[in-house]
Amino acid sequence: MSETKQVIIQMKGIRKSFYIGQPHELEILHGIGLSVRKGEFVSIVGASGSGKSTLMNIIGALDRPTSGEYILDGVDISKAGDGELSGIRNRKIGFVFQTFNLIPRTSALKNVELPMLYSGTSKTLRTARAKELLEIVEMGERMSHQPSELSGGQKQRVAIARAMANDPAIILADEPTGALDSETGRLVMDLFHKLHREQGKTIVLITHNQELALETERILTLRDGNFISDEKGGQV
Amino acid sequence: MDFIENIRLAVTGLLSNKMRALLTMLGIIIGIAAVITIVTLGDAITSTVSSTMEEMGGKNITVLLEEKNPEVVLPGMSQTLGVSMGFDIMGNMAESDLISDEMIGQLWDRYGDEIQALSMIEQVGNGKAQDGRAYSNLSVSGVNGDYEKSESLTLLEGRFINDRDIDRAVNVAVISDKTAKAIFGQADKALAQEIKVHMDTEIQTYTVVGIYEYEELVMPMTTQVAEEDVRTAFYIPLSTARKQTGAPDGCKSFTLMAKQNIQPSELADKVESFFDIYYRDNVNYRCSATSMDTIIEQMDDIMGTVSVAIAVIAGISLLVGGIGVMNIMLVSITERTREIGTRKALGATNGNIRIQFVVEAVIICLIGGIIGIILGILCGVFGSSILGYPAFPGVGIILIAVTFSMLIGVFFGYYPANKAARMDPIEALRYE
Ligand SMILES: Nc1ncnc2c1ncn2[C@@H]1O[C@H](COP(=O)(O)OP(=O)(O)OP(=O)(O)O)[C@@H](O)[C@H]1O
Ligand SMILES: [Mg+2]
Repeated sequence: MSETKQVIIQMKGIRKSFYIGQPHELEILHGIGLSVRKGEFVSIVGASGSGKSTLMNIIGALDRPTSGEYILDGVDISKAGDGELSGIRNRKIGFVFQTFNLIPRTSALKNVELPMLYSGTSKTLRTARAKELLEIVEMGERMSHQPSELSGGQKQRVAIARAMANDPAIILADEPTGALDSETGRLVMDLFHKLHREQGKTIVLITHNQELALETERILTLRDGNFISDEKGGQV
Repeated sequence: MDFIENIRLAVTGLLSNKMRALLTMLGIIIGIAAVITIVTLGDAITSTVSSTMEEMGGKNITVLLEEKNPEVVLPGMSQTLGVSMGFDIMGNMAESDLISDEMIGQLWDRYGDEIQALSMIEQVGNGKAQDGRAYSNLSVSGVNGDYEKSESLTLLEGRFINDRDIDRAVNVAVISDKTAKAIFGQADKALAQEIKVHMDTEIQTYTVVGIYEYEELVMPMTTQVAEEDVRTAFYIPLSTARKQTGAPDGCKSFTLMAKQNIQPSELADKVESFFDIYYRDNVNYRCSATSMDTIIEQMDDIMGTVSVAIAVIAGISLLVGGIGVMNIMLVSITERTREIGTRKALGATNGNIRIQFVVEAVIICLIGGIIGIILGILCGVFGSSILGYPAFPGVGIILIAVTFSMLIGVFFGYYPANKAARMDPIEALRYE
């Protein structure tokens, strides 16, 4: 990994707490520091409830930290407004969810077009791009199928194509293989490797599967809202 | 995000749940259909009534004697009520109370240049013309020459009753083409023939001097009878009629027809004040003059009030329909919370989400409105043809209905849409 590659995620002292009733304030993240370089394939592991998803939501600009500094691809997220966050999610982030979250009663093609619809891409361009992406994830034959007509693995491949739609800098995947059997999970994982290798995407993957985590370049272990280790040579 | 995509989205959403969409639209459909139907029927009734009135003489003024201090009974209804209750209120009317020929002469001198015609009628009664097995039901009336003009009769053969007939009080008659056909077989054969008319107690023989065209009223006033039993008017000279009934000279009422450029209501006022001078000292009677156009105006007023009432009812039904749409939008938004969360994660702004749901509400209302319009047109056209005066709703009311249903969509869709737009993306994504 080259030292010259630029840092794309830069977090310092990120805290996140939730209000649960008046006197109690539950702090989930206790001052996280993290930096990820462009093109890295990072996995985050940790026990259930350790705060992985909470951290992922902050990385993905879906949520703002209670305190701390977060700079995503040069933009200070802690100070951005709602509209700005929408734009960042749209262009810089590609989400892949455990439960796929495809829009029901909408074809695979239309699902992949969706992020481009919000970025104002013209009809012809977005259809062409969506078709191209579906070919990459080997779903070209199922373009007009609705989510209810697809298997779990197929849905997740469509979701990955959708995450790639606006050619984002980062792909965030929260347990993308969690709802799939190991064989299908393997296919999805291979797809992430392909995107990483061929398109140089930065990928942050949350997983409970130790084997899959070992395939990545860097493993971050979270416990009770703090990183306790950063294996395979990165720094916390 | 482009608009067409939003419309497409809304339509696919509706098609995926057709029954629910239809039930949601029902309030709008019924409201809009009711408005269109009622406006169409209202138009049909108004034009039927006005054309009937017009046919009965739009320029006519009815002058009649009425009691100054009617007891119990309402003004204007005294005559009909009195008769139907079995005693004649006018019974004690003296010959000196009647409108005399002299008064009418004075009226001519004063307002002759504003009056087109002055017609008088004296009802004799119902009778039957008979010749062997052929017969024709008649209503015998004594009239003057101007009656032809004020009733816009069309003369087919011969002439109408004239002043000479009245002076000499002869037995001549103007009959309908219906009577002529029934008795003489052919309308033009009747002229100068004799016709026998059976009344209650006597038989009178008349010479036919003219034949007029019988016209059915647009709005039949009496119950339907067989074609050959229809009672048509049989006109004889006024003086002949008075001789038969024993009525004194002078009349209780007559009809004026205003000249083309004269306002009937204004002339009616003048005529009324003209007669006030004669009847100032009469303790029992006065003379009233009412023009047809004031009756038509009153009709319009009534129709106006009815329209307002209908608008209120339609408004309530559309309000209920709108609330129904709002309710289903709130349900739909709750059901689609995860979808909303996903859209936000993919970069939808609050505005994108808001527009999406407002468009959906507008589409529901618009489709409901269009179905309502089609239904309303069908009911309106069908109903008005039953009334015997087919009418079609105007383009204006259809455009108003379309615009209004869209406005309902915007108004009742905004609150749910805004609620969706302001959802927190994480909470929406976590929604079970
Ligand atoms: N909105 C919230 N309000 C209150 N507590 C919350 C909220 N969101 C998360 N938490 C709490 O924060 C903690 C961390 O949750 P998070 O979802 O980040 O865990 P996780 O590491 O992703 O777990 P898993 O592996 O099971 O997905 C949990 O204890 C959870 O109860
Ligand atoms: Mg989680």
